Formats: sequence, C-alpha cells, structure tokens
Amino acid sequence: MGPDTQAMQKDDLANPGMLSVLEGDALWKAPVGASQKSCASCHGDAPQTMKGVAARYPAFDEATQAPIDLAGRIIQCRAERQGAAPPQREGRELLALTSYVAHQSRDLAIAPPQDSRLASARAQGAALYSTRMGQLNFSCAQCHDDNAGGHLGAAPIPQAHPTGYPIYRLEWQALGSLQRRFRNCLSGMRAEPISAGSADAIALELFLMDRAAGMKIETPAVRP
Amino acid sequence: MARALINVPAKSKRGEIIEIKTLMSHPMETGFRPGMDGQLIPRDIIEKFVCTYNGEVVFSAQLYPAITANPFISFTTIATDSGTLVFSWTDNKGDMQVQTASIQVE
Repeated sequence: MGPDTQAMQKDDLANPGMLSVLEGDALWKAPVGASQKSCASCHGDAPQTMKGVAARYPAFDEATQAPIDLAGRIIQCRAERQGAAPPQREGRELLALTSYVAHQSRDLAIAPPQDSRLASARAQGAALYSTRMGQLNFSCAQCHDDNAGGHLGAAPIPQAHPTGYPIYRLEWQALGSLQRRFRNCLSGMRAEPISAGSADAIALELFLMDRAAGMKIETPAVRP
Repeated sequence: MARALINVPAKSKRGEIIEIKTLMSHPMETGFRPGMDGQLIPRDIIEKFVCTYNGEVVFSAQLYPAITANPFISFTTIATDSGTLVFSWTDNKGDMQVQTASIQVE
C-alpha cells in the first residue's frame, strides 16, 4: 500500500469508505421490518455497544451451532429479530451496516474468541489456506506466506491480514467484503470461488482473523 | 440517497488561502458497461460540480464518464468574508444535490 493510499485511508474526509459508514449510521437508527425496531432500539449507541465487536468475529452462534461472521449476524438480526427482509450479501445495506459496526472497533486489536467449539472450523480454514487449488494449482499460502512482499505482475503481494474489512478497493470503485476478496483471489487462480456466507468462507475468515490476532482493525480500509 | 463529506476549515484569517475537500457518494456509472443480463447499464454520472462562496462561484468543474465513482474534488480559495459555501452536484438526469458549509473569517 503506497503512501497516497495510506493518506487517503487515514483522512476520514477523503476515505470513500466513510460514505458507507455514514450510511450505516443512518440505517442503524432507522426502524425496519414487522417489528418496527431499529438496531439502536436494542443495541443503543453503537460507538459504545459495538466497540470491539468486529475484533472478536467470526464467533460461535448458539442458535445454529455453527460459526457466524459479522455480516451473517447482521442478516440474522435483521431477519429474525427485526422481522425485515434479510439483506443481500455484498448489497449496499449490508455493507453499510457491517462497515458501520466494524468501524466502531477501529484501532482495537483483533482478539479472536478462545472458544473450543470454533477449533474445528479454524482448522478447516487453515487447511483451505494451504490447499492447492484451481487450474494454476496455487494455495493461498504460496503467495501470502512464501512470497508476501513480492510482486504478482505489477501488484504487490500482501500478507493477507483481514484488518480493514469491509474495504474500499480502488479497483472495485466500491466497498467490498472479505468474502468478495476471497472470490477475487480464487477466480484469479482459476479455482472455484467460495460462495458467500458458506461454511468454507467463514472457516477461512476464522483462520485469517486468528492469524492476524493482535493487529489493529482499520475499517474502512482503502486498498489499491 | 446520495451523501457527501465536506471539509472546510471552520475558522481562518482574512486573505488566507484555504483548502476545501469534497467527497461525493455517487456510482458514476459510465453507460458503457454491460450488467449481469448483458444489457448496458444506463449512464448515471455527475456532470457538473459548482461551489459558491457567499453567492459568487469560486470553483466549478465538468465531470465525464472516466471520473471515478465517489468523486473526490479538492480546491483552494481565498478566505474573504464569513459566510456560507454552497456545493452543488448535478447529474445527467438533472437531479441536483446541494450541501452547505459555513466559514468564520477573522
């Protein structure tokens, strides 16, 4: 990430991701669905109640007995507790709410939950990370561990720490989730993309968040 | 609903050069891209940006399809008097989004 992109990310009035955070703030307070409850009706003032939440997701969901990511939790809340239509993955509403919630944890260290029920999914994520796949027969680890800091064509290879999601990617000209980033990487290596919200995607996110433990959340990050 | 972020220094000295930064939320859809159904997505771009300072135009720009989504426009002007800055973005359908900011000049 060059100095220009870093400056853009640090300046809240130049970071385009902040537009989405602003939209999320309005959505947080707006009553929706059959219950006519807003997020704020239950969770109150997000800067206080949502502080640190993104740093400990994905978490274990008691209801489904499976790991759940932050976007998944928002979809669940919207559908089950607010009685609204579940927002679409990668849709504007979900990205705005996710970035707004995750933004409340900015500058806090990633602290994955030490929940033993997450261990098997985390191990599944770790296995996926080092599994060769696709026509190019690459694994995530070959680029992001073995060749991090090098270049793929003209693009620098980062260490794949998911510290700033949802990110505003200049190439996308839009905000996108970590799962979109996965699909982007996978289609680049001619592998079958992991579908949004699937167990594989959440397992990989669990592993990456654990790998990035202690690093600071930057949401909304700007990336080239 | 479009949103904008505007950065105008709240206070400045008379005669000082001030930097104004604006970030507008807009898809800037070029009209050249096909969508998922293969049909062209209709053009939806901001065509004109104008900033007036106490009624006088201090900066204006015409925007074209090659400009990025969420255009960031930054410019400078001289702080002459206390008052309001009015920013307006007009898209190709003629819809206008207006935002204001006030400035205190000492």
